[in-house]
Amino acid sequence: MLKLHYNLEKISMGLVGAIIVVASIGGLVEIAPLFTIDETVEIPDDLRPHTPLELAGREIYIREGCYACHSQMVRSLADEIDRYGPYSLAGESAWDRPMLWGSKRTGPDLARVGGKYSDAWHVAHLVDPRQVIPVSIMPAYPWLMRPLGTELVERNLATLAGLGVPYDQDMIDNALVDARAQSQPDSDATSDLIARYGDDIAVRAFDGNPRQLTEMDAVVAYLQSIGTLTDAAKTILSQEDGS
Amino acid sequence: MTDTLTLEERRIALCLSVALAFLGLIMAAAAQRGVMALHGGMAIAVGLALAFIVGGSMYSNIEPGRDRLTHYYDAPIKFGIIMTLVWAVVGMGVGVWLAALMFWPEATPLWPATSYGRLRPVHTSGVIFGFGGNALIATSFYVLQRTTRARLAGAISPWFVLIGYNLFCLWAATGYLMGSTQSKEYAEPEWYADIWLVVVWLTYFTLYIRTLMRRVEPHIYVANWYYLAFILVVAILHIVNNIAIPVSWTHAESFPVWAGVQDAMIQWWYGHNAVAFFLTAGFLGMLYYFLPVRAQRPIWSYRLSILSFWGIVFFYMWAGSHHLHYTALPYWVQTLGMTFSVMLLVPSWASAGNAIATLNGAWHKVRDDATLRFMFVAAVFYGLSTFEGSFLAIRPVNSLSHYTDWTVGHVHSGTLGWVAMIVFGAIYTLVPKLSGREHMAWPQAVEWHFWLAIAGTLIYVVSLWNAGITQGLMWRAYDENGALSYSFIETVEAMLPYYAARTLGGALFLAGAILCALNCRVTMRTAAERVDATDRPLALQPAE
Ligand code: HEC
Ligand code: HEM
Ligand code: HEM
Repeated sequence: MLKLHYNLEKISMGLVGAIIVVASIGGLVEIAPLFTIDETVEIPDDLRPHTPLELAGREIYIREGCYACHSQMVRSLADEIDRYGPYSLAGESAWDRPMLWGSKRTGPDLARVGGKYSDAWHVAHLVDPRQVIPVSIMPAYPWLMRPLGTELVERNLATLAGLGVPYDQDMIDNALVDARAQSQPDSDATSDLIARYGDDIAVRAFDGNPRQLTEMDAVVAYLQSIGTLTDAAKTILSQEDGS
Repeated sequence: MTDTLTLEERRIALCLSVALAFLGLIMAAAAQRGVMALHGGMAIAVGLALAFIVGGSMYSNIEPGRDRLTHYYDAPIKFGIIMTLVWAVVGMGVGVWLAALMFWPEATPLWPATSYGRLRPVHTSGVIFGFGGNALIATSFYVLQRTTRARLAGAISPWFVLIGYNLFCLWAATGYLMGSTQSKEYAEPEWYADIWLVVVWLTYFTLYIRTLMRRVEPHIYVANWYYLAFILVVAILHIVNNIAIPVSWTHAESFPVWAGVQDAMIQWWYGHNAVAFFLTAGFLGMLYYFLPVRAQRPIWSYRLSILSFWGIVFFYMWAGSHHLHYTALPYWVQTLGMTFSVMLLVPSWASAGNAIATLNGAWHKVRDDATLRFMFVAAVFYGLSTFEGSFLAIRPVNSLSHYTDWTVGHVHSGTLGWVAMIVFGAIYTLVPKLSGREHMAWPQAVEWHFWLAIAGTLIYVVSLWNAGITQGLMWRAYDENGALSYSFIETVEAMLPYYAARTLGGALFLAGAILCALNCRVTMRTAAERVDATDRPLALQPAE
């Protein structure tokens, strides 16, 4: 062995090749099966993709680095289930690009935050967390009240559709209309929006003002949607509890 | 920087500078506004500045003579070290500021650019890529030349690598401030910056391997195996993890091709091996060269170094899934990750032990020489943080530590205690040599820096161990009625004293780093002509 190595040290490209081969094995064994085994990413039947407005909110969540303090992955541990709700399933994030599981909980997990608070609570909290929770260490985001940039709404959907997220041409073409409609409950376009994404979606003036489409609308719409795209996690947990 | 180039090379350098400016122009013109346009503007500025410097030197006919081939090529190394120090101060400065924001959130200015979530990657990229990366590239150029007794196989490419790499770091940091990020930890920069890094990295690899092939020694010295593993594996990781589809060629935004659980696995396969091959393998290369040189003792065991090298290259790549215990990742992958993480302790401690045993017979030097002491402490912290890592990777332990500040404590025992210490040890060895002096300009300041760094690291790490374990226990505490004892916000409040202590520790560490930067500046400015008598003689070089 030592002799072999003694000789390997004399050949630069030999060393290069050996490093590449030895280093590749682990990754191949662990990652490749994730693309083939069906069970790892069983996609729930009722899973819906994000609406254009929620997707825009998700992009803002990424832009502001909310993931640096918040995870979105409830582990299968008793205290986490008691604190946050049903543990997360792989299928729930099957279409998430990128995934936002996070690695640090400076703030609480958000995987089950959808529907937990009112829109007004979120708006007040994001504008100034310490007005709501006096000892909070979350930063304030007052600038989210500015208008939402809509330049990329359609392209975002189209790009994701190209990667396999089930957005059809109709959804892509109407992305902008849908984004507006979701924050204008009185507009005519909401029925089309619901026809496209299902009647589980929230259609509200999230920031309290239906006349203006703001970044706040998008972020709150996204927060309210987290964990509500499928009921699979709830169903599985209640089955486990029942048995 | 130009006086070591021949006129012919200056012409090529001029073309490259103009090409960079042109590339920037294309980017800026295509994007028109937003972060990509600004980054194009930066490329134009760098390209034009370089074009002026190089262009100006075309009129001076002072060319390096043939005797250039009788010296090692050290000018780029000096530049690399300066950039290391600049990024150290920036990255750690931002770190201290972030630490303060965690108990003093009201200090966040009310504009977006400097919000916590945007600054955090400026810290991580600034210290890992800016500080760590420049130190790795600069020292690799030094070690490579000395251990092969060959001059770097290129006059322009070392500059291209360093300048190109720093442009990447600058794009990364300024991009985050503008909200441009992929959100993947340690791989945040967007697609065009990623592509640029691939170009820089391929140049780096080519330069490295060509120089290696010119070596006069039949054997490739251990340090070079590590640097080589660093270069190769980082390339593989970077490319696989960053495959993404831009929303259009004129926008910075993109979506990764990987989704959900696959994305998570690939991200942490990348993330953990960024630790392994960026923050460990490359720095082990540094350790294997500078520690024996400074202690003037040969590496204790050659066999052990072979064992630990291949152990690290093989085992690390399996360990990434320990970042995903109890998550939606399949159970068997978690178990594999846990198992290999524990086995990883063997090669890790073999390296640490080998380094410490090398100091046998030189302990009086460790006592008297703060520079060597930096390296000794680095080896000790390397041992400590890998032990801690293997421990944290055990599933039940991880159920407590994951998501808490314990992870952050582990991170900084590795990065402050191991990575930063070995870099400082290497810098204090190198800078006097490169400046033609026997010692640093302020030898006493090295001693001061050592104690600041030790105190800072200990305060930082101990307070976050306390924080993390407290937090983990509070999250899972139940009262006698079977309800959770603490609301989340109560666990946040319990952290505040520890966060304050950590900030103090970080500030001490930063003060040491600033002292180091000033010391190096003075030393470089008062460079003398002393020839380093201990330097290995360059072998006779082939004509260019
Ligand atoms: C510095 C870390 C930090 C960052 C960055 C951060 N948060 Fe928070 N967040 C916290 C903390 C701490 C709490 C708990 C105290 C509170 O409710 O304010 C919290 C609470 C929350 C809650 C309430 C969760 C619950 O179940 O009670 C929501 C929703 C939230 N954050 C959303 C966001 C969004 C959206 C962003 C990005 C725009 C963000 N946070 C950025 C630290 C952070
Ligand atoms: C045997 C070696 C090591 C093992 C097995 C190991 C293991 C671990 C584990 C289990 C975690 C926690 C993952 C989680 O719960 O989220 C972790 C996090 C981390 N470790 Fe290590 N570690 C090792 C060495 C090191 C060293 C030497 C460094 C630094 C130089 C380091 C840097 C990090 C970083 C940066 C993270 C945080 C990743 C993140 O969540 O962003 N590790 N490591
Ligand atoms: C002056 C000293 C430093 C201070 C005060 C500091 C502070 C911080 C803070 C406040 C965080 C965020 C923690 C959180 O999210 O809760 C952090 C994260 C991090 N820092 Fe530092 N840091 C310092 C030096 C360094 C150095 C030198 C390195 C690397 C070479 C480093 C690497 C990291 C990494 C990898 C993370 C991410 C950890 C994770 O995601 O778990 N830091 N640091």
